[in-house]
Amino acid sequence: MASKFLKSNRTGWLMAGPAAALIGCFVILPFVFAIILSFTNQRLVSPNAAEFTGLANYRQLLGMATLTLDPVKDEAGVVKLAADGTPEYPAVRSFTRNNPDHPDLAGMREWFSFDHGDSRTFILARDVVFMQALLNTFIFVLVVAPLQGGLALGLALLINQRLRGINLFRAIYFMPVVVSIVVVSLLWRFIYDGQSGLLNNLLGAISFGAMPKVDWLGNPNTALGAIILMSVWQAVGFHMVIWLSGLQTISPTLYEAGAIEGASKWQTFRYITWPGLRNTAVLVLIVITMQAFALFAQIDVMTGGGPLDSTQTIVFQAVERGYGKQDISGGSTISVILFVIVLSISMIQRWLTRERT
Amino acid sequence: MASITLKGLKKSYGNAHVIKGVDITIEDGEFVVFVGPSGCGKSTLLRMIAGLEDITSGELNIAGRVVNDLPPKERGVAMVFQSYAIFPHMTVRENVAFGLTIAGDSKEVKDAKVAEAARILQMEHLLDRRPSQLSGGQRQRVAIGRAIVRKPEVFLFDEPLSNLDAALRMDMRMEIGKLHKALGATMIYVTHDQVEAMTLADKIVVLKDGLVQQIGSPMELYHRPANAFVAGFLGSPSMNFLDVEVKAVNGNKITVANSALEPVEIEAKTGSYSVGGKARLGIRPQYLTPAEGAGQLHGKVALTERLGAETVIEVTLSNGKPLIAALARDAIFPIGTEIGLTFTASEAHLFSE
Repeated sequence: MASKFLKSNRTGWLMAGPAAALIGCFVILPFVFAIILSFTNQRLVSPNAAEFTGLANYRQLLGMATLTLDPVKDEAGVVKLAADGTPEYPAVRSFTRNNPDHPDLAGMREWFSFDHGDSRTFILARDVVFMQALLNTFIFVLVVAPLQGGLALGLALLINQRLRGINLFRAIYFMPVVVSIVVVSLLWRFIYDGQSGLLNNLLGAISFGAMPKVDWLGNPNTALGAIILMSVWQAVGFHMVIWLSGLQTISPTLYEAGAIEGASKWQTFRYITWPGLRNTAVLVLIVITMQAFALFAQIDVMTGGGPLDSTQTIVFQAVERGYGKQDISGGSTISVILFVIVLSISMIQRWLTRERT
Repeated sequence: MASITLKGLKKSYGNAHVIKGVDITIEDGEFVVFVGPSGCGKSTLLRMIAGLEDITSGELNIAGRVVNDLPPKERGVAMVFQSYAIFPHMTVRENVAFGLTIAGDSKEVKDAKVAEAARILQMEHLLDRRPSQLSGGQRQRVAIGRAIVRKPEVFLFDEPLSNLDAALRMDMRMEIGKLHKALGATMIYVTHDQVEAMTLADKIVVLKDGLVQQIGSPMELYHRPANAFVAGFLGSPSMNFLDVEVKAVNGNKITVANSALEPVEIEAKTGSYSVGGKARLGIRPQYLTPAEGAGQLHGKVALTERLGAETVIEVTLSNGKPLIAALARDAIFPIGTEIGLTFTASEAHLFSE
């Protein structure tokens, strides 16, 4: 028997139906699927039935270990030096491959290592590429969030003035937002070109040729930075508009009161504008963080994760595995991990910026 | 000290002339009220004095300095806004201390001055609250506290009581009056409420359409209005105006009458009159009394409002025009009663057309 809630709202349900069905189909169902698939070994296309594998996918992605080794010594106890004069260490491979003493290290690879005292500690990861993707994504978020948020606020303050032609500036700053990120990425690939790119020509011109040509996207040291710069430029206008709407909710009388009390420009910002932007700041910060974690299109168009995995990101890895390698359970696992990361960071941000009374 | 002079002050927005040449002299320690109907330019004039609006032409002089081009903070003024303009994210204490924080005063100085201001305004118990936890009257107290804490020489009030309910408005009005006596500072107060103007002011400036209509003490304006606008603006209920015809002129003694008014000789203080010309006779409702017989004015009672202390009746005169009379105590005049009214000629005002 239908409940009163369902019956009395028949028209309401009918009207909400199409939207609810679409949301269910394309948002809720995939979300549930991703979680379920991450506990199986499902392939994208496979004649074999999927098996439940528990946390195997998560162990495969996140598995890490440390291995501390002493230098190789000869019979006399003297440290053996390699050809370049540094101490020689036993090959990590000998611990991670077919070593019955270290079954837990089997299949791991060296991610990075550091020396302390006489010994060297190796950080091993079961999936080094994913670890690199995690690291790159976090770097991207940590640089982009404050940079983009701050620049957007600066622009918003600049265009929140009554000047002739100010709408032209608003339009110009907002324009990159309207252009598809794929198109923007393609254009910036030309700008970053190692030979005849606009950036190299520009730097060459203003330094009278002293600046050497750099292959911005082909160099592991500059590729991620180049993508960060472009991403900031592309979305800064969007957040500028959000800041602007926040600025315009602040009552002009408060500024007048500030002027009467003798507040300088900085004091006006510090005591009137910024406190008035609190809620906007929380919104902008969370939106930028979530967008930054979802970094994909720029990577896909500009570098494909290279060079030397220097621009691998979480979402790029998810797509790469799920569809490129047809490992849909692996891709799902990455998605779930990303979901947990973004959720926890948003909660932390909300907690840090909560209203204190 | 802080006397203020306005010389030929004008303000235009493009072709819209809002203030059309205003001359006012305000003595040190005086309480001056700018009063007038909406859109008369009184708030604009106040904001020009504060430095929140540019001065198009003319000269503004505060405490012996021409301040036309000085920013607000260098004019030595404090302002209280109609919307309070207190900072929502600060406690009352921080709000009151705002000007001191800006000036970089130490915590001890701030605490002492805030405590002093809170004592004067009786809001010690509110200091740690936030504006959202305050009533309208308390918020206005905070705004006034922020103004007095810096001990400025000039206070500007922009309709500070307009957002308060009637009872609170009366309390705060008295408080502001007391504050003026306690501080002895020059105060300029803008309002459209003639009761506030009459009760608070040492000097009232009546404005209309960007021009000064009359400047003077409340009683001067009440008893000797310079024109019909001032006469009608001050006093409640407002003055009755009768369209009359001039019957005889004898120096400044003018005899006027109309179909509902017996001929009466009035001593004219303004204007020029000629026999057969038109004029307006102003009689305050309070100065009309019921006549024993037919009286100078007669008509039928159309409406009675009994307020206890007085009874306000609307009379439809024999020529069909309405007339308001405020009669002492609770005189009873049922609607439709024939009534005759008299007045003393010396208490009536004559204005030329």
